[in-house]
Amino acid sequence: MNIIDDIILHSPALIVAIPLLGAFLTPLVSKINDKLRNIFVIFIVLFTSAIVLLLANDIYLVCGKIHTYVFGGNAPITEGGFAIRILFEVDGLNIFMALIATILAIAGVIYSWAFMKENTGLDKYYTLYLLMIAGMYGMILTGDMFNFFVFLEITSIASCALIAFWTNKGKAIDAGFKYIVVSATGALFVLFAIAILYGQYNALNMAVLASKIQFSFLDKIALVILISGLAMKAGIVPMHMWLPDAYGRAPASVTLILVGVTQASLYGALRMIFTLYGGKLTTTMNQIGDVSIDLNLVLGIFIVGLALLTIFIGVLMALKENNFKRMIAFAAVAEIGYMILAIGAALTTVFSTNDAGTGMMALKGGVFHILNDALDVGLLFLVAGAIYYATKETSLNQLGGLARNMKYTTIFFLIGLLAVSGMPPMNGFASKLIIYESTYQVNPILSIIAILCSILLLAVFVKVFHSAFLGPKLPKFDNVKEVPKSMLLAMGIIATIIIFIGLFPDMVVNYIVQPAVNALTNNSNYISNVIGGI
Amino acid sequence: MIYNIPYIAVAALILIGLYAVIFKRNLIKIVIGITLIENGVNLFLITLAFREGSIAPIYREGQNQIMSLPVPHALTLTSIVIGVAVLALMLSLIIHLYRHYNTLDAHKIGREQE
Amino acid sequence: MSGMSRIVKTITNVAFPIVLIYGLYVIAHGHLTPGGGFQGGAVVASGLAMLLVAYGSIWVIGKVKEKQLSILESIGAIGFIGLAFLGILMVFIYSSFQGNFFNNFLINQNEIPLFNEIGAGLANINTAGVIPLMNFAVGLKVIAGLFAIVLVMAYATRIKEGK
Repeated sequence: MNIIDDIILHSPALIVAIPLLGAFLTPLVSKINDKLRNIFVIFIVLFTSAIVLLLANDIYLVCGKIHTYVFGGNAPITEGGFAIRILFEVDGLNIFMALIATILAIAGVIYSWAFMKENTGLDKYYTLYLLMIAGMYGMILTGDMFNFFVFLEITSIASCALIAFWTNKGKAIDAGFKYIVVSATGALFVLFAIAILYGQYNALNMAVLASKIQFSFLDKIALVILISGLAMKAGIVPMHMWLPDAYGRAPASVTLILVGVTQASLYGALRMIFTLYGGKLTTTMNQIGDVSIDLNLVLGIFIVGLALLTIFIGVLMALKENNFKRMIAFAAVAEIGYMILAIGAALTTVFSTNDAGTGMMALKGGVFHILNDALDVGLLFLVAGAIYYATKETSLNQLGGLARNMKYTTIFFLIGLLAVSGMPPMNGFASKLIIYESTYQVNPILSIIAILCSILLLAVFVKVFHSAFLGPKLPKFDNVKEVPKSMLLAMGIIATIIIFIGLFPDMVVNYIVQPAVNALTNNSNYISNVIGGI
Repeated sequence: MIYNIPYIAVAALILIGLYAVIFKRNLIKIVIGITLIENGVNLFLITLAFREGSIAPIYREGQNQIMSLPVPHALTLTSIVIGVAVLALMLSLIIHLYRHYNTLDAHKIGREQE
Repeated sequence: MSGMSRIVKTITNVAFPIVLIYGLYVIAHGHLTPGGGFQGGAVVASGLAMLLVAYGSIWVIGKVKEKQLSILESIGAIGFIGLAFLGILMVFIYSSFQGNFFNNFLINQNEIPLFNEIGAGLANINTAGVIPLMNFAVGLKVIAGLFAIVLVMAYATRIKEGK
């Protein structure tokens, strides 16, 4: 048997298992040599990325293909019809998210080399880092509800410890504590919802659950608890207070992976809404008094409301913020708002018979924006980390004139600025345009608010650009040098991908985003892939 | 009625825990609140596993009694393990916080100017 | 934390071996009776915590270093994942096994006479394939991990008192 075929066959397990193995080998390797450890960690991440690319190639080759991998056995369902085996189900959406995670992981681990060099306790740092990456991949690839919860907790624990990594700063520990409280509560909500679903249908497998789900009263409660639990992890507005602290206080390389973890939680919410409940949301009517309302409409309008609130509060708080990283964090909150705005708009229309095209387009914009947001916000955080590395300064009032000494960093910041505020040559424009178009067809006011907030976001970042990079050279930054090459390389990788997507958005939408959207809306395919195997 | 008492206890535990997390200012009390929520969820899982007149799910030869479901037991154990890790992490963060600020009041932590 | 009185120390000396053996029993019989790696490991670690309380963290940290514990913990975790990986690798070693990740490759075979039977009762310990081995790995990790947590926390609070 060919070894490449074998690797592709086992790839869903290997993608999670290799970073885990690497995480536990790291303390032993770092006993030998520090440099060897860094090379080892980069090798592990690159190897995992190669496997992700192989799997992606395999998935995209055949339209609508789903790769199912069962742990410890061959059939997903045992004799007697018990779906108790843990399985990974990889379809277009999973592999799309895994590609995002891959880009972030590579950039983050290369960036860490120089950025964390002066810190102690780096063996623990790299162990937790790989653990966080493994947990993120696990959340993305799993097809089992309880397994999803376990990986959710693994990422929470690892990322909390990393947020509080600089334990000499009280605020970093405070941010870590806030994060762990919110995410532990959110994960317990998710577990409670899983228990409700298990109690009714005796199954933990997502596909089996989706085929059995009845949309009873208890199921509605479970849906609400699931979404609120995942929203806590994703930083949607009423539960966003941990996000600026955690993003702002963590080391920049950690923030990059945290962005990925947030997106993975958002992916979880998408998977729960569209795959788990998708089949029933279309057909169930809710009788309130004499009026009957489509449930997807109720859910969609609720999510759109949350999204508008998220965009508004994110942008307004970014306007008044004075700390560089916290400001970018609030911009990240606003960007999350754009994604769920598109998802909410899609929910209101995608299931109706006459307007499904709009919903599909909105969904396409939302899913595409997940990729773009991860790259844009990630790049900005890396630039903020670079400035902190060079000047040890985070307050915008203290910065100025850095463009003279840090040419490349300035260019990368300019790229990130244009991308995050949706200016034409960059990738943010491509996805935001799709979101504006589709939400305009749902309700014009939505797209007007979205465009206005995008302009405000541009204003915020132009202000930052002016105050930090332009202006006369400050005497105290005379000996500021350009950051080391590994950090530039990490920023360069992300900036290249941003420009590439900005120049050829059609290609990315057709090859990567469209399979993801198809996988979301076609949940019968997802179900039959497991159930059909009996 | 008697079989509903565990569910009432579950609701009570989760609500008390949420109350402690949201309204209490002492960090240790917040941690206790999270532990209460976790215990409520674990109790819920265990209660789901129980069938009337069932025994513990240990397989022996020549035995035909009803067993309670083993899967929720496994889920509960996993959840307890994760709970221990989260608890240890939160407590060690509290130790660090107390060392920095000399207080456990959530309102007095992380407020200093930089 | 300094040590406690002689009464406590004597009782700890008596109780500690019993707790240790009970914990190891729970780990070893994890595939037959309720229990397993985590539960047994937690029992052993609570015995070690008892030692810590009785003798004080300074005495214990003179005997056991936190770094050694973290290496033990890594070895436990690597053992667990390595056993899971062996499920795949068995494909390459014997062609008769077609395995997935976490495959139970020891059961139902005749090449390796280790845990390869299918159990009939509580007395039959040579059963369940890789599950006992995984229990040992998890037990090692839990003993080392929980003891390291307790030890470091006790040591950290001691520094606070000294200030």
